[in-house]
Amino acid sequence: MSGSPVPGGPVLEADGALKVFPGVTALDRISFALGQGEVHALVGENGAGKSTLIKVLTGVYRLDAGEIRYRGERVEFASPLEAQRAGISTIYQEVNLVPQMSVARNLFLGREPRSRFGLIDFAGMRERASEILRGYGVRSDVRRPLGSLGLGAQQMVALARAVQADARVVIMDEPTSSLEPREVDKLFRTIAELKEQGRSVVYVSHRMEELYRLCDRVTVLRDGRVVHTGPLAELERLRLISLMLGRNLAEVAAEGLTKFGGRHHSHAAPVLRATGLSRRHVLDGVSLAVRPGEIVGLGGLLGSGRSETAKAIAGALPLDSGEVAVAEKPVPGGSVAAAIRAGINLLPEDRKAEGIIPTLSVRENIVLAALPRLSRAGIVSEGDVDRVVETFMRRLRIKAAGPGQRVAELSGGNQQKVLLARWMAMNPKVLLLDEPTRGIDVGAKAEVQTLIDELAKEGLAVLLISSDLEELVEGSDRVVVLRDGAVVGELSGAEVTEEKIMAAIAGENDD
Amino acid sequence: MTTQTTPAPPVPATQTSRERAGRLFQQHGALLVLAVLLVAGTVAFDSFTTPANLGNIATASSFLAIIAIGMTFVIISGGIDLSVGSLFVLGGVLAAYGSRYGAAVALALPLVVCGAFGLVQGLIIARTRMAPFIVTLAGLLAARGLMLSLTDEGATTYLVEDDLFARIGQGGVFDVGYPFFVMLLVLAVAAVFLQRTGFGQNVYAIGGNEDAAALMGVPVARTKVVVYLVSGLLAGLAGALNAARLSSGVTILGIGLELDVIAAVVIGGTLLTGGAGTLGGTIAGALLLGVIQNLINQVGGLTSSFQQVVSGAFLAVVVVTHRVLGRVREDT
Repeated sequence: MSGSPVPGGPVLEADGALKVFPGVTALDRISFALGQGEVHALVGENGAGKSTLIKVLTGVYRLDAGEIRYRGERVEFASPLEAQRAGISTIYQEVNLVPQMSVARNLFLGREPRSRFGLIDFAGMRERASEILRGYGVRSDVRRPLGSLGLGAQQMVALARAVQADARVVIMDEPTSSLEPREVDKLFRTIAELKEQGRSVVYVSHRMEELYRLCDRVTVLRDGRVVHTGPLAELERLRLISLMLGRNLAEVAAEGLTKFGGRHHSHAAPVLRATGLSRRHVLDGVSLAVRPGEIVGLGGLLGSGRSETAKAIAGALPLDSGEVAVAEKPVPGGSVAAAIRAGINLLPEDRKAEGIIPTLSVRENIVLAALPRLSRAGIVSEGDVDRVVETFMRRLRIKAAGPGQRVAELSGGNQQKVLLARWMAMNPKVLLLDEPTRGIDVGAKAEVQTLIDELAKEGLAVLLISSDLEELVEGSDRVVVLRDGAVVGELSGAEVTEEKIMAAIAGENDD
Repeated sequence: MTTQTTPAPPVPATQTSRERAGRLFQQHGALLVLAVLLVAGTVAFDSFTTPANLGNIATASSFLAIIAIGMTFVIISGGIDLSVGSLFVLGGVLAAYGSRYGAAVALALPLVVCGAFGLVQGLIIARTRMAPFIVTLAGLLAARGLMLSLTDEGATTYLVEDDLFARIGQGGVFDVGYPFFVMLLVLAVAAVFLQRTGFGQNVYAIGGNEDAAALMGVPVARTKVVVYLVSGLLAGLAGALNAARLSSGVTILGIGLELDVIAAVVIGGTLLTGGAGTLGGTIAGALLLGVIQNLINQVGGLTSSFQQVVSGAFLAVVVVTHRVLGRVREDT
């Protein structure tokens, strides 16, 4: 940690901030200082603690230990309202406004202009709202419900709302993720104006170009700790990425720490072929192919379009254009059922929200998707189900008291295996694994990795998404690197190294 | 697996005519149907458009309308209040019981007790974040139990013993009873609060997106407490007025009334999902239910229970229409 002086004196500081959630230390006694009139980049991968830090600074969460100082004084904001009143406003990544209410009412909620008798002056409010929003390039009727505007326009309303409050500190969490280039320009101009006025900005983003263009200093978080803080211009891109991903460049050496076996080269024709997958703001012409028996890794930072690519292939993300084909046969887009019929199965990133059904048993969870195949004329054959469940519990070494045990009672690793079993029961051709080992303990992780390897050896085409670079490098035969929703590099064979992946993410090859 | 909403296509600068028509129907559909029914009633029945009959409809609908005003706040905030039917009955019994001590007590007692019910429900909902459905269901049972224990399981009916108080319920101007004017007064105050104050904006914001509202600095808990307090108070007020009108605290009328109230609010264009709705629509919805009842009585040969069949069918039509209009708006 380098203790660089805070320019202009600190306006907002966290000192020894500790925030513990059940089972996880989200912020581990971190210190953070935002200078007057600076644009401060806050970066880190998923679960690094960025969101928690923002919520602690803005009164959404209370600290378990440590303190927050604002303009030199210790503060304990009890609510976002208090933080806002004190002059700290926040623009959240997901547009956090009320879609049914009009644009004008959203803009002024909580500080509506008053007429005599203290009643809201709607005419004045609409007039001022139109005027303010014109400055942000939003020319819609301010009486329209906010939800009827495009996402970018909504984000500009959120920006206008945050900035018009006499905010000394504006916190922006991935503000550009849904903006058009024209709107991004406006955002950057607004940030420059804020800076000129001596106001401070905390800027959260994964887009390297933006960070280097806008920010004065950077704080890198990883696993709830500050791993670096200092002027951004002095920090090379590659170094920044390695800090975020927690990979020391000097230490990067393939030592075979994961349980993946050797590479399995395959020369068969690709079984999965995705061509030009595009969706506005999300994916930009992603193409890739996976051969049977091959594990293709998807690399890139959070928000680069990895999960979205997997979801698009699995039919769970509507596309503007692009095509997915299995064994050269096109799969109708936008339908999960069609993708499953074609043999594509997705193990989603958030297994709690999108995968297991915790109140059902291991047995029920495994056969859930395969029921149509295990039944005749709509009647489920109990014998077939028992056989399938028995086979997969043994094959995937699922540790449970029995097929009747509730999935919620299993460990994370075994839950993940149950999900794997569910898709294996479908006899898939293509398996899309989104962070298959996240949040499970080391032993289970090794087992899941071994399993993935075995599955590929048996001829399955596997697309592997992992934030764990080591896992990605050792598990994959090839790695496709994404940035801002587009493929920026493809590495194969000896090229698959952590350094090369990070270089591709940093964009050092193309500019 | 979640699918993300498709980003909206470039937005035209003003509302499309389709969009506007959808909104108009949602907000004024009840009024439109009300007007149609009034015309139909006039054509079909000679006795319908008499001052006495119209006055009767207006007066009879005011009790439901007063409670529905409170319910409109609750539903716009994204909640539901099932306790109002029980509180209405409890309020009536308390008013009749209190009338022996004068009109002031007859009016104050139900307001205090029903207000307290609403307050406690609001506090539980706001602080524990429990589902309003469950909390107010508990309130429904508790209020009904209290009412039954006050009336010896319904065996005792308190009579209104104060003439001044009775006159509030029974008197009127021409053929329209005072309760209707009380309702208008409540409506006027409520409309100002809902439409022209920060509190009203907060109610809409919470119902529209509670998390966003909290992050925008809306005092979510306080707003919810006030909303349920208002609902309880108005249910008590309606109960008191009803007791004054009937000269007694009737223990059976009003069981299940909460469902009629919710129906009136929804028919009036308020979305059950919260975040949108108007008081004008609610009043139109309440009057509409009253007119349907009256028309069915005019037909003769049909029992008044048939009114519920018609109201129910109409409610179903309204809800489906909302859904369809909502989809139209998403498409545009």
